[in-house]
Amino acid sequence: MINLQPYANPRYFVILLIALLPLMIGLYYGHRFKWYEALVSLIFLVLIFDGSKWQQGVNLILYIVYQFLVTFGYQKYLKSGHNKTGVFYLMVILAILPLTAVKVAPVVPHNESITIGFLGVSYLTFKTVQVIMELRDKTIKTVNPVDYARFLLFFPTISSGPIDRYRRFVKDYNNPPERSEYLKNLQYGVRYLFQGFLYKFLLGYLFGTVWLPQFAKSALFSGHAAGGLRLSWALLGYMYCYSMYLFFDFAGYSLFAVAISYFMGIRTPMNFNKPFIAHNIKDFWNRWHMTLSFWFRDFIFMRFTFLAMKKRWIKNRIHLSQVAYLVNFLIMGFWHGLTWYYIVYGIFHASAIIINDIWLRFKKRHRKQIPHNKWTNAFAIFLTFNVVCFSFLIFSGFLSQLWFSWK
Amino acid sequence: MDTQTEVLNILSDLTGEDLSDQLDENIFETGLMDSMGTVQMLLELQDKFGIAVPVSEFNRAEWDTPKKIIAKVESLQNE
Repeated sequence: MINLQPYANPRYFVILLIALLPLMIGLYYGHRFKWYEALVSLIFLVLIFDGSKWQQGVNLILYIVYQFLVTFGYQKYLKSGHNKTGVFYLMVILAILPLTAVKVAPVVPHNESITIGFLGVSYLTFKTVQVIMELRDKTIKTVNPVDYARFLLFFPTISSGPIDRYRRFVKDYNNPPERSEYLKNLQYGVRYLFQGFLYKFLLGYLFGTVWLPQFAKSALFSGHAAGGLRLSWALLGYMYCYSMYLFFDFAGYSLFAVAISYFMGIRTPMNFNKPFIAHNIKDFWNRWHMTLSFWFRDFIFMRFTFLAMKKRWIKNRIHLSQVAYLVNFLIMGFWHGLTWYYIVYGIFHASAIIINDIWLRFKKRHRKQIPHNKWTNAFAIFLTFNVVCFSFLIFSGFLSQLWFSWK
Repeated sequence: MDTQTEVLNILSDLTGEDLSDQLDENIFETGLMDSMGTVQMLLELQDKFGIAVPVSEFNRAEWDTPKKIIAKVESLQNE
């Protein structure tokens, strides 16, 4: 049986582009063939989840049915004129429940190996929670079931984002672009596609498949010889190599997802904006995995600080922002998975951004005394880059392998 | 006090800078404003003008200069 994992190899792109061609011709003439698009989406979803992956496919269907019950149950409740805070929290918890189960399952000892997750469950949850929060705020007035299904199951981004927003997606979906606009989309799409090939299949492959195992081998070897914290130059090499791999692999994938979306007349937001030229950690999070970090900013950080300020939980605003950073990045850590290195990664970034804020306040007070020129700027970029690469070393789980021989 | 002066007062409390001669300055890019400042601003606007802006409605691109913020407040007041 044919099974096609998204963007896995050149064959996928050939088949995909042939399938999309009628849709693209339609868009060129200003029409969106919605039925055809639904059919293509369905076929490509089946191709992800068929064969040996059928169990994941069943889970996806159950998950969608469940989320529909939650979302439309909540919508019905709101339409009846109520809007209790308790009900809202309950709905958010219900929406997160399946993902929580998926993340907790691997650390709970059990006899049989049952699959409860599926490719994309982490990313779908962002979409469902976002819609519930916006329904509560009344920024989404009504969710249309068909639009909602298309939004959740939009196949170019289903496996790993970028994370789009419901209102933005539906607007693009229901208003096919003008011809000149669509031609521009195609132009960008082609560029992103080839940039993606360069990133994922060439650079990502070199860093991740060719060089990384060599650094790993020699870091493990010299680490065991060195004892103590098992540090070595090879470990430093591993850190930089892994960071490059992580960026090129994920940015490459994201470029594919954005390119295919553009071909389909949907302007899925970009995920990366030259993250390694960031001059501080705050700047970094405005450039790295942007749709994730903006989601956290809008739906965790800002909601939390808004509530805490309104209820006056924490009087001091500086302390409040520090607590909010910790909450924000801890949740992000847990979202990645329940292992020590993801959680430490979260705490590490929270600490880095808190220190960064302290420095920014200090700099503001002593603006006259602190020099600011291209050298200090270059140093800031260098420092940020190294802090970030170190955080990726934590994130990689390699330290776990090096120190405890498990990952 | 008119809306413009009120908004500029709020902004100068938040950023520590008088922005009346930098109405088109992108305050997120210059680092004067961040998410924390945004939340404070929304709460202040709610207190002073009685306009409620849910955080999920907040789109940075629509609020990134003092001029845009003033225009936003004025249009929300007239709703």
